[in-house]
Amino acid sequence: MEFLLEPLSYDFMVRALATTAIAAVVCAVLSCWLVLIGWSLMGDAVSHAVLPGVVIAYIVGAPFALGALVFALIAVTLIGVVRNTSRVKEDAAIGIVFTSLFALGLVLISVTPSQTDLNHIIFGNLLGVSVPDLIQVVVLGVVAFAILILKRRDLTLYAFDPTHAHAIGLSPRRLGALLLGLLALTSVVALQTVGVVLVVAMLIIPGATAYLLTDRFSRMLVIAPVISVVCSVAGIYLSYYLDTASGAMVVLTQGVVFAVVYLFSPRQGLIGTRLAKARRKRAVAAV
Amino acid sequence: MSTPAIAVENVTVHYGEVLALDSASLSLEHSRICGLVGMNGSGKSTLFKVIMGMVKPDSGKVLINGQPPVKMRKDAGIGYVPQSEDVDWAFPLSVRDVVMMGRYGHLGFTRRPHKVDRDAVEHALERVELIEYADRQIGQLSGGQKKRAFVARGIAQGATMMLLDEPFAGVDKRSEATITRLLRELADNGATILISTHDLHALPQLCDEAVLLMRKVLMHGSPDTVLQPENLAMAFGLDVMNRG
Repeated sequence: MEFLLEPLSYDFMVRALATTAIAAVVCAVLSCWLVLIGWSLMGDAVSHAVLPGVVIAYIVGAPFALGALVFALIAVTLIGVVRNTSRVKEDAAIGIVFTSLFALGLVLISVTPSQTDLNHIIFGNLLGVSVPDLIQVVVLGVVAFAILILKRRDLTLYAFDPTHAHAIGLSPRRLGALLLGLLALTSVVALQTVGVVLVVAMLIIPGATAYLLTDRFSRMLVIAPVISVVCSVAGIYLSYYLDTASGAMVVLTQGVVFAVVYLFSPRQGLIGTRLAKARRKRAVAAV
Repeated sequence: MSTPAIAVENVTVHYGEVLALDSASLSLEHSRICGLVGMNGSGKSTLFKVIMGMVKPDSGKVLINGQPPVKMRKDAGIGYVPQSEDVDWAFPLSVRDVVMMGRYGHLGFTRRPHKVDRDAVEHALERVELIEYADRQIGQLSGGQKKRAFVARGIAQGATMMLLDEPFAGVDKRSEATITRLLRELADNGATILISTHDLHALPQLCDEAVLLMRKVLMHGSPDTVLQPENLAMAFGLDVMNRG
């Protein structure tokens, strides 16, 4: 008990845990759609490409989320333009655009005098989350989460069969844009926690892990955030006691849990399915 | 003369440099089942997309019940059964989930289903004989059951027009018979049905009429006439029926 309570006596740890839990839930819910549509690379791209937007927002004193949304939009537009108007394929277009924008962000950071270390945006600064930071994460997190949950059926339809979505009068283009906008918003939420570099882990691993555990999308939407929150909190405690980088520890924990599920999931796991088969065989032999 | 269910008038579509449809025209009456025959690349999928309003023609126009396709889409009147290759069968949805998606056009902002929607889904599942498979993940169905699941989606939707892309590819005989019977029932109730298919042998039993497509409509008539070897040779450049 002491083990769990001791870190909570520090305000910065409470804020760190709260921020992480919120980011973990929103990222995990979004990740369910990203892994099914095959947008993992897009998640990687958008989460990196928002960096210059965040830095510029910092310089002019605008909300980070606004700068991030603008640059997410720029990134997606540029990717589309490069893909559609040259012989360069989509994955290369994504790679070119997001690394260039990310680099632009790094350059901007290097020339921006600042009191708070903008480098924290890159690797996250979980233990340095201020009260205004926390408020921003709560507001953005709640907005993103609410939209995702209210529009979950449309988003799932879009992910599964955009042609049918179109045929019954929905706009696949608008649903795709909504998902990208939420991706940008969520990236800002997660920046605080694990930083730009590792955001993509929170945007992919929970959904992928849940996908190996169930055949129902509605259950993925519960399993993914639960796994994500448990991993994140565990990661922070580990980083507290092992004195390691907190954001990286959160991602590492998620990676380990994915590996365990990958091996032992009764439905999809590499070893789990074999064990289940052997058990069935023994049961048959016993009869 | 009554307004045709589908009227495609001199539609031309390019994808970049590639000509997909070349001044294609087609008129289809209500309650008819029409088979769309042509090689890969003959424009069958493009014709579907034009009818659904997903692709805007470079020239020409499409009218559904005398109105632009967008009206029909808003009424959720168009049911679509995709080609197997276009579906992610590992997607974590049950058969019932997929059929429920047919109801989304009738539902509100969050698409929360009501009793009438759930009843429509159960009814559709019964009609395609999949009620005992309703809770299976869609990838765990046989080829024919998969097709029936999507036909059920169109039925639950209350579609008055069904577009089916290769519904008999990889389908067992029983499912083929079930689907054929269902489509006939739907047509008898007033639905207009357009089927793209490679399965020329099934056409005469299934369809009231057939269309031979090769970027333009080469021929439109009874299946027996359209399937004459010399006509097929025109569309395929070889004798398909004998080749098997």
